[in-house]
Amino acid sequence: MSDTPILAQIRSAALARRNWLKAGLASLGGLWLAGCDQLSNNTAALKVLESAEGLTRRAQRLVLTPGQLAPEFKASDISPNFKANGSVDPQDAAYRAHVANGFVDWRLSIEGLVQHPMKLSLADLKARKSRTQITRHDCVEGWSCIGQWTGAPLADLIREAGLKPEAKFLVFHCMDTMGGGGEDNRYYESIALADAFHPQTLLAYEMNGAPLAVPHGAPVRLRVERHLGYKQAKYLERIEAVASLDGLHGGKGGYWPDRGYEWYAGI
Amino acid sequence: MAVADVASAGAEEVPDRIYRHSGLTRATHWINAITLFVLLLSGLNIFMAEPGLFIGQYADFDHPAVRIFAAHAADGHLVGVTQIGNSQITTTGFLGVSNNATGHPVARTWPTWMTLPSYRDLATARRWHFFFAWVLVINGAAYLAWNTYVRHIQKDLWLTRQDIAEIPQSVVDHALLRHPTGLAATRYNVLQKLAYLAVILVLVPGMVLTGLTMSPGMDAALPILPWAFGGRQTARTLHFVFAWSLVLFFIVHMVEMVLAGPINEITSIVTGWYRVPKAHSAPHSDKGAV
Repeated sequence: MSDTPILAQIRSAALARRNWLKAGLASLGGLWLAGCDQLSNNTAALKVLESAEGLTRRAQRLVLTPGQLAPEFKASDISPNFKANGSVDPQDAAYRAHVANGFVDWRLSIEGLVQHPMKLSLADLKARKSRTQITRHDCVEGWSCIGQWTGAPLADLIREAGLKPEAKFLVFHCMDTMGGGGEDNRYYESIALADAFHPQTLLAYEMNGAPLAVPHGAPVRLRVERHLGYKQAKYLERIEAVASLDGLHGGKGGYWPDRGYEWYAGI
Repeated sequence: MAVADVASAGAEEVPDRIYRHSGLTRATHWINAITLFVLLLSGLNIFMAEPGLFIGQYADFDHPAVRIFAAHAADGHLVGVTQIGNSQITTTGFLGVSNNATGHPVARTWPTWMTLPSYRDLATARRWHFFFAWVLVINGAAYLAWNTYVRHIQKDLWLTRQDIAEIPQSVVDHALLRHPTGLAATRYNVLQKLAYLAVILVLVPGMVLTGLTMSPGMDAALPILPWAFGGRQTARTLHFVFAWSLVLFFIVHMVEMVLAGPINEITSIVTGWYRVPKAHSAPHSDKGAV
């Protein structure tokens, strides 16, 4: 059946209105998207958004007492498949050499604003008092895995090294280069002293009862519970006490913070 | 019946206009609307970094509750797949695979128009998300504190005995798209009250609490959080469920706004003043029946 002329006219008018509405909504949506993308690349707008990090850090420090522990789990809670992320098999020549001879020549140096700089072998670390904990590793991507970590509490080591009064942060320099490139793409991270002295903060050399494997950061990685995965620096070689993070790499205190992520990784 | 009875009984005293929304309610309503929109879109961008949902403390990658991904068909072209439990459906063009700016299908959890930024950027999406999470919390706290203090929530939103008795009638009225008039239109109907209460007391607080549970710092400060939600990954899944529940509320909210008279409804939430629909137009009133 065909429409009467008047019906056809109404129908086409309705269709035109619908198309107009659709086009209107689409362009409004497009404007919104383009606007948000533009703001996302605008330094001043980003600064406003980034101001939330300071609020988050202060709020969490307010409710989080220095000694408060991250939840610990039972052995039966351990993830059957703990995902390794970031660098999983560094190709840096110096690191390959350490892997080849079982890390016997590897030394961890503790330096910077300390009274007594230290150089520790893997055996030195293992000879010290250790702590074992089963904790949840929370990736910034959204997933979590549970693992058991054994290592030397960082607090003991930095007490031994003796921090100078002007020291405010500990920087962890790693042996892996991210995504190719030179020295500037070396992984690094940093933590505040409050986290450095936390009882669960370890230089971990064992995972799930076995020596730390290469994908998880052999020979030693940082465990700083109460923070996201990217703080848990792997393949450690140097711990530096500093007064400010400004002069290091991108100046934001970590490989990912230099690329837009929060330095305060408790969220 | 109830709606029409009240409307006709009080017909003489019904004012033309009522001052329905206080300044604080109007301001917090609009801040909340923009905030939830930004949180949804930035949240969907964040989700793209791990486009699966899990139950429990850790992510059991082999057994996701929900997963959105791209696969290659036998002939090599990309297929978008959405998996819920063990069942999979093809969602090419929308979920898993959608067109990029130049119209080519690419592996992407959501289409570009659903994420903020439109391109994949976890770091920036998190910046948007956490800034507006603070806005949501401060704005929501202001709304709840003030409206509890002035007893708006207790007087206008909390269910009365009469409301509970009217639930069946209200369901019928909603199904027939029948809207109250006269005196009945000066108060919220029971399903409307339930929807608003669900948003302000369950869904938005639920978003905040499940969001906090994803923070390793907050889990150390308040271990009751991961315990209460059955683990960080369950909390993340609930965060997602609450978010889409709010989207569902938004859709119903928009449909009801249009059905009830969009000009009057929008005017009331902008200026506070609501024009009370006249009773004589009610198909159900006594006058109409005669």
